[in-house]
Amino acid sequence: MLKISAEKLNELFDKIASQQTLYIPVDREDKCAEFKKYESGMTLSKALNTVRSAKDFFLPQTENLAEFRRSGKTIEVKDIRKESEDFVVFGVRACDAKSFEILDSVFLAEPVDTFYKNRREHGTIVTMACTRPEETCFCTTFGINPTVPGGDASVYFDGESYFFVPFTEKGKVFMASISDMLEDGDVTKLSEVQAKAREIMTRLPLANLTTDSFGGEKLMEHFNSEKWAELSEACIGCGTCTFVCPTCQCYDIRDFDTGHGIKRFRCWDSCMYSDFTKMAHGNPRTSQLERFRQRFMHKLVYHPSNHEGEFGCVGCGRCLSKCPVSLNIVKVMKALEDK
Amino acid sequence: MNNDTLIPLVGVVTDVRQDTPDVKTFRVNALEGGKVFEHMPGQCAMLSIPGVGEAMFSITSSPTNKEYMEFSIKKCGCLTEWLHAMDVGQQITIRGPYGNYFPVETELKGKDLLFVAGGIGLAPLRSVINYVRDNRENYGDVQIVYGSRSKDDLVDYQEIIDEWMADDNIQVNLTIDNSQEGWDGHVGFVPNYVKELAPSTNKTVLVCGPPIMIKFTLAGLKELGFSETQVYTTMELRMKCGVGKCGRCNIGNKYVCKDGPVFRYDELGALPDEY
Amino acid sequence: MQEAMIKRAKELLADGTVNRVLGWKKGEFAYDSTPSVFETAEELERDFVCNDFTQANLSKYLIKESRKEGKILAFLKPCDTYSFNQLLNEHRIIRENVYVIGIPGGPKLDVEKIKAKGISGITGISKDNFTIKIETLYGTESMPFYEAISEKCSNCKSKKHVEYDELVGDEGDILNSKRFDMVEKLENMTSQERFDFWQGELSKCIRCNACRNVCPACTCENCVFDNPKSGIDQKAAADCFEEKMFHIIRAFHVAGRCTDCGECTRVCPQNIPLHLLNRKFIKDINSLYGEFQAGADRTTKCPLTDYDVNDCEPSIVHERGVE
Repeated sequence: MLKISAEKLNELFDKIASQQTLYIPVDREDKCAEFKKYESGMTLSKALNTVRSAKDFFLPQTENLAEFRRSGKTIEVKDIRKESEDFVVFGVRACDAKSFEILDSVFLAEPVDTFYKNRREHGTIVTMACTRPEETCFCTTFGINPTVPGGDASVYFDGESYFFVPFTEKGKVFMASISDMLEDGDVTKLSEVQAKAREIMTRLPLANLTTDSFGGEKLMEHFNSEKWAELSEACIGCGTCTFVCPTCQCYDIRDFDTGHGIKRFRCWDSCMYSDFTKMAHGNPRTSQLERFRQRFMHKLVYHPSNHEGEFGCVGCGRCLSKCPVSLNIVKVMKALEDK
Repeated sequence: MNNDTLIPLVGVVTDVRQDTPDVKTFRVNALEGGKVFEHMPGQCAMLSIPGVGEAMFSITSSPTNKEYMEFSIKKCGCLTEWLHAMDVGQQITIRGPYGNYFPVETELKGKDLLFVAGGIGLAPLRSVINYVRDNRENYGDVQIVYGSRSKDDLVDYQEIIDEWMADDNIQVNLTIDNSQEGWDGHVGFVPNYVKELAPSTNKTVLVCGPPIMIKFTLAGLKELGFSETQVYTTMELRMKCGVGKCGRCNIGNKYVCKDGPVFRYDELGALPDEY
Repeated sequence: MQEAMIKRAKELLADGTVNRVLGWKKGEFAYDSTPSVFETAEELERDFVCNDFTQANLSKYLIKESRKEGKILAFLKPCDTYSFNQLLNEHRIIRENVYVIGIPGGPKLDVEKIKAKGISGITGISKDNFTIKIETLYGTESMPFYEAISEKCSNCKSKKHVEYDELVGDEGDILNSKRFDMVEKLENMTSQERFDFWQGELSKCIRCNACRNVCPACTCENCVFDNPKSGIDQKAAADCFEEKMFHIIRAFHVAGRCTDCGECTRVCPQNIPLHLLNRKFIKDINSLYGEFQAGADRTTKCPLTDYDVNDCEPSIVHERGVE
């Protein structure tokens, strides 16, 4: 298998970055990781995952859709779309890589969202296999194998070297672009590391969580469950879970008066927010119970119902560690399946 | 790059008609004349004044109208207040058409039709009614039961009097909530009036109006012996994208903007009561 | 302590003093808990938890809970009683519907500080004097207790309860904290350095509104940032100025009412030290109007909503603004 030794990793990054924009996870001062545009000298984070998911690359928190100029009674629409630059995201975990498929099922369905598609076409995803899963991980619940993370190409770390395997055409092009820096390597140690990670997966606290009780056919049963009142009682109605979630894709469209014209942008929105469904003449979800229920019903019932059984969660565990009051999808699943 | 549905087209308002104290009907044309796009009865469009807001409105005119589109809009929020203040010649942005439509070419074909509308709820049904009138040979009996708070609140009153009531092939039953001077027609709520009229149960029903009216109308129809598979309605929830992606207009797993706005009652009954 | 709390809660439920108990419910792991209302002794025995990680301030929940049928027992830490008092001062909580038991405060621990040490896969945490022992999927780790103390407890202002019906455990004192040290450090920066500091921190904001929604001082029925009629409603920053505007306006709005409970910083998913904005206001109020602690009692009026002939003149803004 082709590899590069750990001490040469930054040379590799320099090479990639000389060809196209490269993003890697790096540690912030507060020891949390985030994806940053690579600049020479940056060190790859050892953290398992970034606080914000990798969805930002394809569905940024805010993005301009169009510009308008109004003068008198006339309106001029300006299409401001530009072809995205090619870029590489290095070090995406299996959970986030899977989240792109879920986002694809929404944004690439007809009518295709060209803003999303544009970035998707120009982005190369280089995933990294997990070797140290954490207690909040439950990707296996959704059929994800974190030791085989997918994407356009994958990287496996055995403690000394990074091994590369391409999966898609884009991945092969990426590999070809760095092939002169790679050498053949022995995978004995890598196999051990992989075996160890797989063994850990079986011992994770959430290893036994299953989706058996969920899916489209459970729509009315779960919607009408009496458990929602208790489950949602502590929810403060913030958007933390939504915004750190790699699969939450709901957005709002807003106008901003720049003083020189109107900028129409879209931004992440949260079904947990009180105004999410508010109309001039009413609101179908006036309580936090209804809003809380919507979020989890969407992931566990509505999404699979509309997308051939595919759940809207990848078990990344971000909501488990970030919810201000420690509510999360795992607690919801456990409560709802508990007959 | 291909067109993106989120980037709107520009249309121009070519006529404004005050229908009721709080409803105006706007005629919209493409800048170069004609229609901005084609649609089917029951479909919607996103209208916007950039910087003010964007919202979904049902297209009130029939697709058989080849010259323009019309929107009957009730004043009830920021955007609609702005729209009500605008004059002929004002440009607006428009995108669509969105959603499904009343099955005028399939399930409704050859059927006796009963339209039940309340207040501004006539707006989406007017498109179907005029479509049916223009393809009269394809449908059986047509009956329209329409009511509003008062005579002044009857949308399209002039068209109803001059065209629909003058049409021998259509039975029109109007009602208002409370009696008032100058009104010698029926007085009472729409659901009760439907029960009084006791239409034959072989009709297919298209209902639109305030949620409470729809609810009681449906109960009344059931009492009369109608089944849920005979009744269609059209829904409205908050929408932003219009294409089932922004995630807010769902009832259960159905998006009103994409899978609706037209639902048959048995379909709606299988969904959570969250609308 | 947890056992004593459960015992007392069960007694108060049994004798009808209260019909519900507001506390914390056990989570999935050793360190997570969720504010919860308990209605029966069985629920309390099964799920109630109070440990080194039960940081959440429960006072804000009492706005809603005190409007329900019957009286509710609430366990409040010293700092939480300040929020409680402040909410009483603002007529947000119906006092007679709440039975407050004051419980000792922290120092509480923050699992993020443990994780920041590179300790991951946590399956159990125990305390041994000044050391905490952490069981992980990858073996046992340990670290000094004080290094895991949460931000809000690391500069504790008071271990004294300012409002309660009874206490479980001993009463503490108001402390001489060093909580303004970091504010002073910021004040001593040049304006450019200070701008860069806040630019760096606030640009991390993802506008999740967790700080606002958890804040016991943010109790508006409809926040200006959610109200389309306010003209400044927003869900995301449309430009780099708006990024800061939300937090600065919020700090202004809670000035004089913020008790420095530290919840904003605790809940921030991006670890922005939001409490520093509020502390700057507290420090300024102290120096301009004399020592004032919001929520300390039920009688002292907040200097910002009260007038005194000795109040500083508006020109102070200019005088102090000169570098």
